[in-house]
Amino acid sequence: MHSLPPQRVLAGLALAALASFALALATGSVPGVLSALLDSSQGAGARSAVLWQLRLPRALSAFAAGGLLALAGGLLQALLRNPLADAYVLGVSGGAAVGAMLALLAGSGLLGMQAGSALGAFATLAALFLLARRAFFGRLHSAARVAEEASTAVLLTGVMLAAFAAALLSLLLALAPDAQMRSIMFWLLGDLAGATDLRAALAALVVLALLLLVATTQARPLNLLLRGDLQAFVQGVDVRRVRRRLVLVSALATATAVTLAGAVGFVGFVAPHVMRRLVGNDQRVLLPASALGGAVLVLLADTLARTAVAPLQLPVGVLTALIGVPVFISLVRRL
Amino acid sequence: MNVAIECRGVRLQAGARVLVDALDLRVDVGSRWVVLGPNGAGKSTLLATLAGARRADGGVVLLDGRPVEHWDVQALAAQRALLPDGWLDPFTASVLDTVLTARYRLGEADEHGSRVAAEWLARFDCAALPQRDVRSLSRGERQRVAIATALSQEAPLLLLDEPIAHQDPRHQALVVDELARLDGHTIIASLHDLNAAVRMATHALLLSGRGDWIAGTAAEVLTAERLSALFDAPIDRLQIAPDRQFFAVRAPR
Repeated sequence: MHSLPPQRVLAGLALAALASFALALATGSVPGVLSALLDSSQGAGARSAVLWQLRLPRALSAFAAGGLLALAGGLLQALLRNPLADAYVLGVSGGAAVGAMLALLAGSGLLGMQAGSALGAFATLAALFLLARRAFFGRLHSAARVAEEASTAVLLTGVMLAAFAAALLSLLLALAPDAQMRSIMFWLLGDLAGATDLRAALAALVVLALLLLVATTQARPLNLLLRGDLQAFVQGVDVRRVRRRLVLVSALATATAVTLAGAVGFVGFVAPHVMRRLVGNDQRVLLPASALGGAVLVLLADTLARTAVAPLQLPVGVLTALIGVPVFISLVRRL
Repeated sequence: MNVAIECRGVRLQAGARVLVDALDLRVDVGSRWVVLGPNGAGKSTLLATLAGARRADGGVVLLDGRPVEHWDVQALAAQRALLPDGWLDPFTASVLDTVLTARYRLGEADEHGSRVAAEWLARFDCAALPQRDVRSLSRGERQRVAIATALSQEAPLLLLDEPIAHQDPRHQALVVDELARLDGHTIIASLHDLNAAVRMATHALLLSGRGDWIAGTAAEVLTAERLSALFDAPIDRLQIAPDRQFFAVRAPR
């Protein structure tokens, strides 16, 4: 039971965030982008355009998407009382991808795809909680053993929804015209190459800040909810209200992130897992730490994704999955 | 005497099966009730109903004169605590943090929390545990931590679902005696151990699981004849000393 002092961890994460921003803005095929800020000579204009129109929006998008996914993952893990829960594992990201794909095939543009992905994320979470409603919003006084089985039921339902979404995606891919294949593939794997809209990135950051605020105001009751619904109710928590709020927060967070970056997997699972080992399991600290950690993780992963095999760009989701799957398996082995 | 909690015509059902019917019960402040009955008779259901966690299927439960479902969740937490029949520890947490969840109703600025938690842990022989991970405890230890948690809520009414579960003989006696010694608390506890029941109860409620029930003082209700009928097994009462008696079960039919 050794956790680091929360202030130190949060301060360290803030420093890491600044450092990874500097790294993300400075690295890439065009050198000297940061110094263009102080430079007024010829050619500085082009370099400053790279900074403002490409790297900064992309870095902010990566940061926001990572933070949102990690926040959603941390909340889902606490709500399901299972460290394996994550928007990607539960099929929410897959559902979002189906929504986006349907919009694309219907001929709508980027905005339509984003609306489609948000709708898909919401529809999947709604389906998950409807299918597993009895387990999740069921009787307060179920025995502890029943509650444990119920959480497993929700998780398994989510895994099956993910499989169903994957099947739908394969079907849509088979029907999709060849010309769109590559961009679709990248989007499915989670890709930030299209994230060049500074306003969208800033809006996502604001959403992240607001959702994190709501989540932290519910962190104390969530700490109690972790130990069972009956116990939390007896100790004074309005169980259903806290649940409803936090499910909504995790749905909004996932939808925003998927809209921004596609189906980036495993961040929502890895970041809270790593942070839990550093700060312990007090949700008041764990939620902000996870959000910051996930943000830094995706920012670094995306910087690596666009520079590792330059001039080729990798989808960031490939890197997060390469990191996430071993962590997932190691955690299952210790359960 | 003031009434802590009262049942008027309470019916409890499991699906269509009626477990308890038309239960009228007045629990006075400071009394210690034990609830006895065969497996599945509705003991846990009754405790959850008294706690306000589920609605009675008929009748009304009055806490401090007001129907329990009309109480605000936080105000209710100041009135009654419940020891559930199990616990969930999905993530690691220290014993102290686990006990401190009981202080939720008192807000962030609860300066007495750690001291109160440490005192109750010590009384139930858990003084060495505060920094341990709850997931590393034995079941008996975890159960005593759960009891200390319920008490740290500082609610005058204690609803305890099998408080001596998983306890070795010494800790059974310790838990029972500590509960009997509590000052200013009213206790309603379900038990399976008849001797523990005699040891701590001022009153007893027998639930058959078929609707009927018997309630009264321990001396009236905890007799060999009634217990034999309740459990459908011959039970003898042995008087060991003027103030000590022992219940023994013969081979059931």
